[in-house]
Amino acid sequence: MDRDRPRLSGSGLLATVPLAFVGLFFVWPVATVIAEGLTGAGVLEVLGDRRLQRVAWFTLWQAAVSTVLTIAVALPGAWALARFRFRGRAVVWALITVPFVLPTVVVASAFVAVLGPRGPLGGPLGGLLPGVGAILAAHVYFNVAVVARTVANALGQVDPQLEEAARSLGASRWTAFREVSLPLVRPALVAAASIVFLFTFTSFGVVLLLGGPRRATIDVEIWRQVAYFLDLRTAAALAVVQLVAVVACLVVAGRMQARVVPRRARDAARRPVGAERAVLAAILGPTLAFLVTPLAVVAYRSVDVGGGLGLTFYRALGTSRRGSSLFVPPEAAIRNSVTYAAIATAIALLVGGITAGLAAYRDRRTSRLLDLLVMVPLGTSAVTLGLGFLLALDEPPLDLRTWWGLVPIAHALIAAPFVVRIVVPALRSIDPRLREAAAVLGASPVRVRLAVDVPLASRAVLVAAGFAFAISLGEFGATLFLARPDNPTMPIAIFRFLGQPGPLNLGQAMAMSTLLMLVTATVIAGIERFRAGSVGAF
Amino acid sequence: MLEVDGVEVRFGDHVAVAGVSMVVERGEVVCLLGPSGSGKTSLLRAVAGLETPAAGAIRWDGRDVTREPTHRRGFGLVFQDFALFPHRSVAANVGFGLRMRGEPVEERVAEVLALVGLEGYGSRMPSTLSGGEQQRVALARAVAPGCELLLMDEPLGSLDRPLRERLTGELRAMLHDLGVAVVHVTHDQQEALAIADRVVVLRDGRVAQAGTPPEVWRRPADEFVARFLGFANLLPHPDGLLVVPPDAVSLGPEGEPGTVTAVTFRGTGFAVTVAVDGGASLEVPVRSEAIPAPGDRVRVAIEARLTSVVPVVR
Repeated sequence: MDRDRPRLSGSGLLATVPLAFVGLFFVWPVATVIAEGLTGAGVLEVLGDRRLQRVAWFTLWQAAVSTVLTIAVALPGAWALARFRFRGRAVVWALITVPFVLPTVVVASAFVAVLGPRGPLGGPLGGLLPGVGAILAAHVYFNVAVVARTVANALGQVDPQLEEAARSLGASRWTAFREVSLPLVRPALVAAASIVFLFTFTSFGVVLLLGGPRRATIDVEIWRQVAYFLDLRTAAALAVVQLVAVVACLVVAGRMQARVVPRRARDAARRPVGAERAVLAAILGPTLAFLVTPLAVVAYRSVDVGGGLGLTFYRALGTSRRGSSLFVPPEAAIRNSVTYAAIATAIALLVGGITAGLAAYRDRRTSRLLDLLVMVPLGTSAVTLGLGFLLALDEPPLDLRTWWGLVPIAHALIAAPFVVRIVVPALRSIDPRLREAAAVLGASPVRVRLAVDVPLASRAVLVAAGFAFAISLGEFGATLFLARPDNPTMPIAIFRFLGQPGPLNLGQAMAMSTLLMLVTATVIAGIERFRAGSVGAF
Repeated sequence: MLEVDGVEVRFGDHVAVAGVSMVVERGEVVCLLGPSGSGKTSLLRAVAGLETPAAGAIRWDGRDVTREPTHRRGFGLVFQDFALFPHRSVAANVGFGLRMRGEPVEERVAEVLALVGLEGYGSRMPSTLSGGEQQRVALARAVAPGCELLLMDEPLGSLDRPLRERLTGELRAMLHDLGVAVVHVTHDQQEALAIADRVVVLRDGRVAQAGTPPEVWRRPADEFVARFLGFANLLPHPDGLLVVPPDAVSLGPEGEPGTVTAVTFRGTGFAVTVAVDGGASLEVPVRSEAIPAPGDRVRVAIEARLTSVVPVVR
C-alpha cells in the first residue's frame, strides 16, 4: 500500500482539473439557473400558465410519439443487420449511423429542403412544414441510429439456435422472435428508447426550425423567453421544470432496465436464402431511401441555382452583403467553427481523458463521483447550459458573457462525456497482464502507463477526438445563447439564413449545410476507419 | 417411421448433403456418425425443417413434410449447447412447447422433469445448472410436448469426457423408455456404438455405411469407416486393407515373429508396437504382468475370424 501513496496524491491533484472545470462551467451555471428558477413563484407561475402547460404537454407527447415511431422504423433494419450477411452490409451500417452524428441544423435544413415549396415532397407532404409532421420525421431520422445500432448489437449476441429451438417446439418464426429474441434484447431496447425519449424531449434546433411559430418544446420556449421577452426568470423556471422531467425520465428508465443476459453467438449472421432476400430488400430499400434522400436533396439544392446548376451559393458565402442576416462574410463562420471545434476538442480530451484515466483504474468513490460529474451534462439540455452561462457568468467576479471562449467551453462540456464513454472501455479492456509484464520487466508505474496504456488506448482517444470535433462543429442550442452576433458559427449562420426569405438565403443555407455535412461525414468516416470494434454501441 | 429419401442440402455451391436415404423406425435409435463437415448436422437440420433440401423428400409416417415449416412438424430437437432460453426458468423452458400448442403445462412439466431426474428444479434458472443438468433440461424440453421423433445434435458434445461417458448409459435408458424414433448426431464413435440401435456413417455428405453397431464394428465397409472407428492396425492385403481389431491380436508362443519397437502405457493396459518380420507394424494391447521392452523378440497371433478386408479409399 505504501507504494501507492505517491500515485494517490498525484491522481488526487489530477482530479482537480475535471472537478474545477465541471464545477465552474456546469455546476455553478446550472445551480444559478435552479436558484433563479426557484426564486419567487416562477415555477408555480409556469405550471399555472395555460400556454406553458400546452408547451409542456406538447414536449411530452411529441417525445413519446417520436420514440415509438423511431422504434417502429429502426427495428426491422436492426433485425436485418443483425441476422443476415449480405453485400453492402458495412455500408448500410455506416449510412444508418450518419444522421445521428449530423448537426441538428443540417437535419432541419434537409427537411426544409425536402418538404419545402420546391422540394421533391413539397407537393404531397408540404403541409407537414412547418408543423408536427416535419418535427416527428426529423426526430425519427435523427435517432434511427440509436435504436438500430443498439438493438442490432444486442440481437447479434442472441444465439440463433434459441429461435430455432423455439421453432422446433411449435413457435412460428414471428412467435419465436417475440417469445425469445425480443425479451433478450429488451434491456437494450429500453435503454435505446430512453435515450431517444431524452433526446427528443430536449429537442431544440429541429423544433425551432421546423415547428413554426406555434409549436415549441420547453427548450424552444426557454429560448423565446430569453430572446424575445428578455424574461430570464420565466426561462429559468422552465429550465427547472425541464430538469425535473429529465431526472424523472432517467429514474424511470433506470427502473425499467432489467438485468442484461449476455449470450455470445458463434456467428449469428448468415446469408439470406429464397424469400428472405425479398424481405430484406423490402426492409432495407425504404430505410435507406429515408436515410439518404434528405442529404441528397440538400446537396442538390445547394447547387440548384434555378434553371441550371452552379456554385453561386457557395461563392456568395465569401462575400458580405448589405442587409444580409449576418454581419460578417459567411466564410468567417466557417473559420469560427473550425477554431472553436479545435479548442473544444482539446479541452474535452484533457478533461475527459483525465476523468477516464482515473475512472478506469480505480473503483474509488472519487472516480465514481468524477464519472458522474462529467456524465451529468449529457442529460442536461444545451439550452439550459447556455442559459446558465448567461445567468452565472455575467457579473463580477466572472463577467465572461462577451468572451468568445465560452462557446468552445460549452462545446467541451457537451463533448467530454462522449470522450469518457469511449476511452474508459478501451482502458478497461487492456489485458492487465500486459501491465504486469511491463512491471516485471522493470517499468515504473509511470512507465507502465506510457508504454502500455497510452499506445493501446490511442485509437480510442483518436475516435474520441473525432467525436468531440464533430459535436462542437454541429452544436447549436448553447451556441445560440453564447455566440456574439458578429462571431457566428456554421450552424448559427444556417439558422439565420433559414430565417430570411428569398432563394439566395435558402441557397446559402443549403450550401453551408452541405459543407457542414461533408466535414462531419469526413470526421466520422475517419472514426469508422479507426474504431477497432472495442468502442461501444455508438 | 421417418423416411429420408435422396435428400440433398446445399449452401450456395457447397453440397453439404449429397443424396442421403435412410429409415428410422419408431422406438429405434439411429446415430448419424461422421467427422465434422460430413453433413450429419445439415441432414439433421433438414429433417427438423431448419434447412430446406435442394432435392429429395422427408416423410413421417408416409406424410411428406419436406416443405412443412419447422413449427408444424412436431419433432423434438436437442442442440449441442442445449440452447436453453436464458430468460426463462427450467419449468418455463420445459413448458414452452406445451404452451405453443395450447396444452396444459404444469402437470406434464413435473412429469417430464421427474423422468430426467430433475424433480424440484422447475423454478431454477438455466444459468444456475451444471452442464449435465442443462443437458437433461434440454432433453425434457424436447420431449415434453410428446414428440414421436426426437432429433439430437451432439447432445453430449459440450460436456467433459467423464460426464459424457456416465450420461451415455443414462441417455440410452431414457431414450428406450420413451419409445420414440431418435436420430442422434455425433462424431464420437464410442458414444454412437453405445447408444445406437443402428449407425449411419456419413462421409462428404454421403452414406459410407449403415448397420447395427456390431455389424459396423466387425465389417467396416471401407478404409474410411475403419479409420474413423479408430482401428490402428490396417495391413496391406491383395484386395485392399486387412482390418485387425485390437481384440484380434495378442502376443503368445504362436504367430508371426517380430521385434518390439515401442511400449505405450494406456491406463487400462499397454499398447505394444511390433514390427513384424517382413515389413508391417502392428499395435497389440497387452494387459499381463509380463510387458516386453523395446528390442525384445515376440510372436504376434492374429485371430483371422475377427478380421475383415476393406477396399482402399483414395
